[in-house]
Order: sequence, then structure tokens, then C-alpha cells
Amino acid sequence: MNDDDLRLDGNAAAGLLTEVFAVEMTTALGTCAHCGATNALGTVQVYVHAPGTVLRCPACTNVLMTIVRSHEHLHVDLSGVRRVEIAG
Amino acid sequence: MSSATGATEAPGPRGAATWRSAELVERRGETPNASTLTFDVSGWPGHHAGQHLDVRLTAEDGYQAQRSYSIASAPEDGRVALTVERFEEGEVSPYLVDEMQPGDVLELRGPIGGWFVWHIADGGPLLLVAGGSGVVPLRAMLRHRHANASHVPARLLVSARRAEDLLYSAELAELAEADDGFELLATLTREAPAGWTGFTRRIDREMLEEVAWSPRELARTFVCGPTAFVEAAADALVGLGHDPALIKTERFGPTGGSET
Amino acid sequence: MTPPISRGFRRRHAADAEQADRVPPGQYVVTDFPVLSAGPTPRTPLEEWSLEISGEIDAPRRWTWEEFRALPTETFATDIHCVTKWSKLGTSWTGVSVDTLLDGVETEAEFVLGVCDGGYDTNLPLDDVTGGKAWIAFDFDGVPLEPQHGGPARLLVPHLYFWKSAKWIRQLVLMKDDQPGFWESNGYHNYGDPWREQRYWGD
Repeated sequence: MNDDDLRLDGNAAAGLLTEVFAVEMTTALGTCAHCGATNALGTVQVYVHAPGTVLRCPACTNVLMTIVRSHEHLHVDLSGVRRVEIAG
Repeated sequence: MSSATGATEAPGPRGAATWRSAELVERRGETPNASTLTFDVSGWPGHHAGQHLDVRLTAEDGYQAQRSYSIASAPEDGRVALTVERFEEGEVSPYLVDEMQPGDVLELRGPIGGWFVWHIADGGPLLLVAGGSGVVPLRAMLRHRHANASHVPARLLVSARRAEDLLYSAELAELAEADDGFELLATLTREAPAGWTGFTRRIDREMLEEVAWSPRELARTFVCGPTAFVEAAADALVGLGHDPALIKTERFGPTGGSET
Repeated sequence: MTPPISRGFRRRHAADAEQADRVPPGQYVVTDFPVLSAGPTPRTPLEEWSLEISGEIDAPRRWTWEEFRALPTETFATDIHCVTKWSKLGTSWTGVSVDTLLDGVETEAEFVLGVCDGGYDTNLPLDDVTGGKAWIAFDFDGVPLEPQHGGPARLLVPHLYFWKSAKWIRQLVLMKDDQPGFWESNGYHNYGDPWREQRYWGD
């Protein structure tokens, strides 16, 4: 396996993001709190082969969001996102 | 049954968050390693070409496994179809590809995704670039196009290891022969049969330059497959002058889908 | 409402009675070595690599790769347990004991934060990385640790869930007060004992 294989994109987090936000989110725009880059969440880097799902900025690779499913909860850390713009 | 014909909004989140019972109607082998499964899904809200869904299996002891698969059927097809590739070490794919029988049930949730979708109203030309099982959501787009008798110019470039690994080869050849503006191109990266007239190497900039329209045509482009494939293709297209804003990508993980 | 049963579907990994005493609750045994990652694989060249012990310490310590590799090492076999439920038995490692790195250190710290290339961190009680319980490991199965598995060196703390065995380790920061690391801040248990199945907060 090469390095690239574990890195997916926002499409891989689409279902989980809908659970968190209750709306379709891959077309939503997210602004990175670290570098300010704004991208559709469908295009951000996503790592799912981990204890949780991690979304990273495609420009600076800083963590945008971390989502962990425990027994009864979804733990969502949004501190890497300054702003989200949801269409409609 | 599908109610999404002509719909322009993604089905609502509450509908998409519900697990629905689905009964297998037909399992058809596509290649030695992949099968297409067609389901009747109670209350399916409809979908858009390019979307995916979650599948959940429950064993008798209560053990559950969940995977994501791209929807292989067009919204107009009525029933929901998935094409699953067998991953030898997998837990779910061997069951779906080799064991599940008509009448058996599983649960589906979706449709999911709003980014990687195409409607005929979006127009074209439409450039589709697929690596391996990445062709599945793109086939849904082509079926959607055909179901609406659209003449939007469309080209599919599909990459596979060998001819026997090409998914939907008969169906796609038939669509290409319909001469409605759809062209099919393929490249085999390991081994080609005698008489093969397609490409015989991994996709690269030269191949994409040959296959793609001029950047001036502002083609809507969808690239799907393993990460390395997707990034090589997308980077090459941008390098050829194509507008990144018109290129949408979907990366599949090493097992072809995603595990949760 | 009970979900419908998919006829004939069953879990892939069945529990093996022979190994039961080595497999913590809820785990299954694998023979491959799954790669899990929350981000890109760092690629620090060895000439730029260093390992530091800092924080609540009389004098911070630092080793270059050459200096680190000149330290006494141990080679041993152990079982490892990932919170994502796989366990791998009899894994072989070579590394420098954290006791060696802390030898003679004066500190009032009770906790340590492992800080890694790529920004990952994880916290542990100092007691859990001393007394022969933790290493900085650089060989796996007799060959240099691959980057995807944490090479050139990772923290190895086999008695806790493997997210504590931080890949690409660069610093051990000694702390008086506990501070949760990456996964510990995101719902995972602060301590992580696989034998008490301490996976998440509240377990």
C-alpha cells in the first residue's frame, strides 16, 4: 500500500457529516481556521482508517474537523474550521 | 420505488438518515470479481447519479457491519443497484458478491452526497474518467443521460488491469454504438488481449490530452477511483489548462469502498 | 425494532479459544498489520531527526539519530491491541527503553505528553512509561520500522490501546498536570486499558 491510499476526500465523510449537521455537507464551503483557505467539503482531505474520521485542509493539511463515534455519542471537534457556508 | 425523476433538489436529510430494508431481486456477475446487485427498497426516496449509499448487514448473533457503495443505477431505473468488487480479505464484499441470494435482505441508508453528482440539466460536454471500480457512479450518470435521451456529448475513459476487469463492457459498448454523442475509451494497464485497439498504459497527460475536449469547451469532468489514480488524472487535466472548478473527484479507499 | 437479518452473513473474525487469555474483551486477532492514520505520513530525514525530553525536567535532553542509536536497546516480543478492535500477538520490536532515556532525570512530573511529527500527541501517566513498560521503538520484525507504521521511531506502550503508541514520536514532554492528547480530547478514554475495555470517555 502506498501513502496516498489512506487519503480520501470529503465524499467519504458525506454520510457522517449528514449525521452531524442534518443536511448534505459536501457542497458546503468550509474555511480553514489555520490558513483561511475556503473549499467545498467534498474536496477536503479525509482520513477514515483511524479511530475516528479526520478532515484536513487541502491547502495546508491542518485538521479541520474530527468526528468520533463512541457508544452513544458523536464527538465533533470543529475548532479547525472558522466558518461553514451551507447552500440553500 | 424511485420518485426522483426530474427532481432538482437532493432528497431531504431525514429520508436519507433512515435505514431501509432492501430485498435482493437479482445478483448478476459483471466480471470474475464483481457483481451487480439489484434491490427493491421500501420507501426509497430516489437519488441523483453519482451519489452513494451505506449498506448494513446484521448477522444472526447481532453482529453488524457497514460499508459504503456508489449507486450503479440511474434515478430512472426504479430499483437501486450496486456493483460490488470482491475484496479477498473483506467481510462484507465476499458475502455480497458470492453469497447473497434473491429474497435475502439487508439495510440501506441514503442517498448520500451532493458534490459528486451530475444531472442532464447541468449540461456538458461530459468527461468521465474512471479507475477500476471508480466507473460505478459514472455508469449511473451515463444511464441517467441515456434514460433522458440526452445528446450531451459524453466521453468515458476507463482504466482497468485487464480486459476481463472492465465493468459493464457490453452495456457501455452498446451505449457507444447508439451514436448519440457518447464515446467509450479504455486503457488496460497490465495485459491486453489480441486485437485490442485501446490504450495500454496507465493514464497520463498525453492520453488525457488525446481524450479530453479542449479546455475551451468547459467540459464538466468527473474523476473516480483510487486516490493515486484520481490525483494523477486531475493534476494532468489541470496541467492541460482545464478549469479545476469544473473537475470533480471522488477517491475510493484501498478496498474500493469505505469502512466504518 | 430489530434490524432484518442478512441470511448467511457472519463476522469474519471468530474468537479463537486458544488465545483467549491474550486477547482483551471485544478484540479479534489479525495476522496482517493494519495501517491506521489520521493524516499524511511525515518523512523526516534522519539527519534532521531528534528526540527530546522536555517540560518539567531539571535539564532537557536531546539525542540525534546517531546518539539515539548508540543507546542500549532491547529486542522483545509483545502483543498489541488497537481500539478499533484488532489485536496482533507476538509482535517483535527493537527499541530503547524509556527508562534509559529518563535515567537520572529529576522531575516532579506525573504525566507525559508524546508529541510527534505531523502534530499528533497523546498523554500518559509517567508511571505507565517507566518500569519497563515503554520504549522508543525503531525496528519491527527485525527490520527498520516503515514510515506508515511510525518509522523512523515510535513510542511503544503495549499495555495500553495502541493509539498511545504514538507514531513518529519526537518529544516526551513531562508535565505536572495531565493534558489530553489528540484522541483523548475527541472522545477516547484518557487512560485506555484494553483489559478493562477503556475505549471511550466514561468507560
